[in-house]
Amino acid sequence: MTATEQGPATAKAPTGGLVVEDLEVMLTGKDVDVVDDIDLVLHPGEVVGLVGESGSGKTTVGTSLLGYSRAGAVISAGKVLLEERDVLAMHWRDMRQVRGEEIAYVPQDPASALNPSIRIGKQLVELQELRGIGTSESRRQGARDGLAEVGLPNDDEFLSRYAHQLSGGQVQRVALAMAFLPKPKVLVLDEPTTGLDVTTQAMVLATMAELCRAHGVSALYVTHDLAVVANIADRVAVMYAGQIVELGPRDAIFSNPSHPYTRALLDSIPHLSQARALTGIPGRTPAPGARPAGCRFNDRCSFAIDECRTAVPALLPIADAHDVRCIRAHEIGSWDISRGTVPDADPDKPREVILSVEGLDVFYGRTHVVHDVSFDLAKAEVVALVGESGSGKTTISRSVGGLHKDWKGTIAFEGDPLARGARQRSALNRKRLQYIFQNPYLSLNPRLTIEQIVKRPMELFGIAKGKEATDRVVALLDQVALGPAMLRYQASRLSGGERQRVAIARALAAEPDVIICDEITSALDVSVQGSIVELLEGLRQERGISMLFVTHNLALVRSIASRVEILQRGRVVEAGPVVEVMDNPREDYTRTLLNNSPRID
Amino acid sequence: MSAEAVTPPPTEPPIAPAEPSTFRKAMKQKRFVAGLGITLLLVAFVIAGPYLAPFGETEVAGPPFSKEGVLGTDYLGQDVLSRVMYGGREILLIALFGTLLGMVLGIAIGIVAAYAGGWWDEVIMRLNDVVLSFPQILLALLVLTALEQPTAWILIVLVGVSHAPRVARLARGVALGLVSRDFVTAAEALGEKRTRVIVAEVLPNMNAPLLAEGGLRLTFSIGFVGSLGFLGFSADPGAANWGQMIQENGLGLPTQPWAVLAPVLIIAIFCIGTNLMADGIAQVAQRGEA
Repeated sequence: MTATEQGPATAKAPTGGLVVEDLEVMLTGKDVDVVDDIDLVLHPGEVVGLVGESGSGKTTVGTSLLGYSRAGAVISAGKVLLEERDVLAMHWRDMRQVRGEEIAYVPQDPASALNPSIRIGKQLVELQELRGIGTSESRRQGARDGLAEVGLPNDDEFLSRYAHQLSGGQVQRVALAMAFLPKPKVLVLDEPTTGLDVTTQAMVLATMAELCRAHGVSALYVTHDLAVVANIADRVAVMYAGQIVELGPRDAIFSNPSHPYTRALLDSIPHLSQARALTGIPGRTPAPGARPAGCRFNDRCSFAIDECRTAVPALLPIADAHDVRCIRAHEIGSWDISRGTVPDADPDKPREVILSVEGLDVFYGRTHVVHDVSFDLAKAEVVALVGESGSGKTTISRSVGGLHKDWKGTIAFEGDPLARGARQRSALNRKRLQYIFQNPYLSLNPRLTIEQIVKRPMELFGIAKGKEATDRVVALLDQVALGPAMLRYQASRLSGGERQRVAIARALAAEPDVIICDEITSALDVSVQGSIVELLEGLRQERGISMLFVTHNLALVRSIASRVEILQRGRVVEAGPVVEVMDNPREDYTRTLLNNSPRID
Repeated sequence: MSAEAVTPPPTEPPIAPAEPSTFRKAMKQKRFVAGLGITLLLVAFVIAGPYLAPFGETEVAGPPFSKEGVLGTDYLGQDVLSRVMYGGREILLIALFGTLLGMVLGIAIGIVAAYAGGWWDEVIMRLNDVVLSFPQILLALLVLTALEQPTAWILIVLVGVSHAPRVARLARGVALGLVSRDFVTAAEALGEKRTRVIVAEVLPNMNAPLLAEGGLRLTFSIGFVGSLGFLGFSADPGAANWGQMIQENGLGLPTQPWAVLAPVLIIAIFCIGTNLMADGIAQVAQRGEA
């Protein structure tokens, strides 16, 4: 009934959907807010994107809609109105009824949300039993219908599978099916596609959008990925440090972002259509309790004036249905999505090959995972290895780096063939080829100080030691935009972006000629990704370092690489200069990848 | 998830306090402080005991099982209090060194097995299982009955060897989670020596669980050495020994219970002290690995 009532344009007094009023979540026992002053309306059938970086409180807002706060935090004020009823004021028994039945939640990691020891079909039937849907005869059919709705097979074979027998995208769609089975009115999706590759992501997003429109369900889509939001959301709320800083229709947010934070965020995102000089946002997201007075963004904002430091600005309308929390929103001028674009890498530039890979076959035991891959890397050039998960891109990079030894073929450094494992290679070759890992939370020893970590390659390769080495560490840290105060820190005290900078400094400490970057930005926030890419580009130009850049993000490739190798199931399907491959893809697979990649331009 | 919110690293502090060590964190735990206090007091008692004892170790103070002196006399008429004050040194030394030996051996075996992986891991751990399948005390008795008179060193080795496989299992488990971490791979990519990877990269990340295990092993050692004494195996049968005292004076339990109770209680308190310490460290270890 609610679905046909009205479009999202009328903001006043909505009868369906969900209204969040003045929500505040505090840390238990402390006078510190996690999120504050959240006002949000979800109209029926509308998808609202809630965007923010880690630590912005977006997930806290998401779970608050179900009246839930994680341990250590408490919902201290505000209302969540579901058809005039306040979810937060309900008795827990009623709230339990509402959760799942009227407001459903799809978690970030569905693999851990499904019970690993119960078959899929049984889980779907159980859910209906719990919610009192249908009869014992009709529930199995209900499960089948639910799976059909999300585009999954619904034969007996599939129903009798366990969660681990499904792929990541299938698991996520099962979670969607479970969320939709009780016919909820509101859906909260917490980064449901993070960790899925673009093809699967596109499929899950399409399924979700279709279901929302078909059933008139309003959805809150929590994510850090602006490009995804640009594709699926009707309206967008941008969060920073626990507050909504900008809220408006999708097109307004992307064509006329009016908060400096939104603009900075958009500046840090690569585009598919054109290379960009990406920039990061200086500093880091303040944690609850450490947020500056006044406007919470003032210490990182390039437009800040004294007045910004005194009072918290209110969320005020700047245009129709477009609200901004910035006192200077009218003064900071207009913005253009194509700001910061630079010419694509020149495909005709002469190349001086430094690293060549020929006829590479890689095995894991008896499994043949990479088939006859050949490519080369020139001086001061970035070559990107792109593919979905399971395409073998990381396997190739690990073989080149000597971390995986089970391979055949030739990997040659200036014509000089490299041994299989790092230990069998000469010290000089080890020094010249450095590897940076995907997850900076795992690649730095948490017990060592930053100084010890960065110094080690210098000692090992006899570049410097003692006082001289310490001076070099300071210089390197400076180069990766970290202060000398970090020297005595242990890695556990740094944020993800800072850790990745330390990892880069460690790679640079060996004075390498080639750096292998294995998805080094995929675990980081977009603004941090922007600054890391900025840093790498600078290093490439100054030091003439070549990079093998492994990624699944095609937009990022456009901005950082000059050549690209598209991989599918362990084979190179298309290769060439970035401009040619991305503007005139010859292979269907490349075209599919490009079409499935979310784009904001 | 909550850890990042609770400890926000300040943006630019001039002097950054380092991450507190496991010991510092443990000092904030009541049970650790209590355990440490009890243990230190008892160690002081054991060390200072012989100098403060009212009677000599084998000096006859009165008739057997009489009420003379603070805690009465034992089956030979020796003063029980003095015997208790003398009797801890052997237990303490053997338990301590035995535990150390067991920890070192066990950690070495466990880490090497985890780091080597594959066949080496299988062979080492299956051999370990063979030793593990013997009850601790049985293995020691087997050796001891074959010997005329064990020396303190033999007892230490026995305690150590009987602990090693148990420590090795734990050490391997902890190390397995670490050797696959990227920072170990990163060290290998740089071409670090294997011994350095183990000592400088893997080992420092294991200290909290290993400390907890060490405390627990020390508790077992004390009980173990006490039991050996009770069964009549000690470096010097004439000398006072808590475990031996329990057995020697068992006959007089109805008339002179203190001759048995005093060594029993002191072993119990010792075990409680070391156990509380181990427990405190274990709690820190669980919380600290975030």
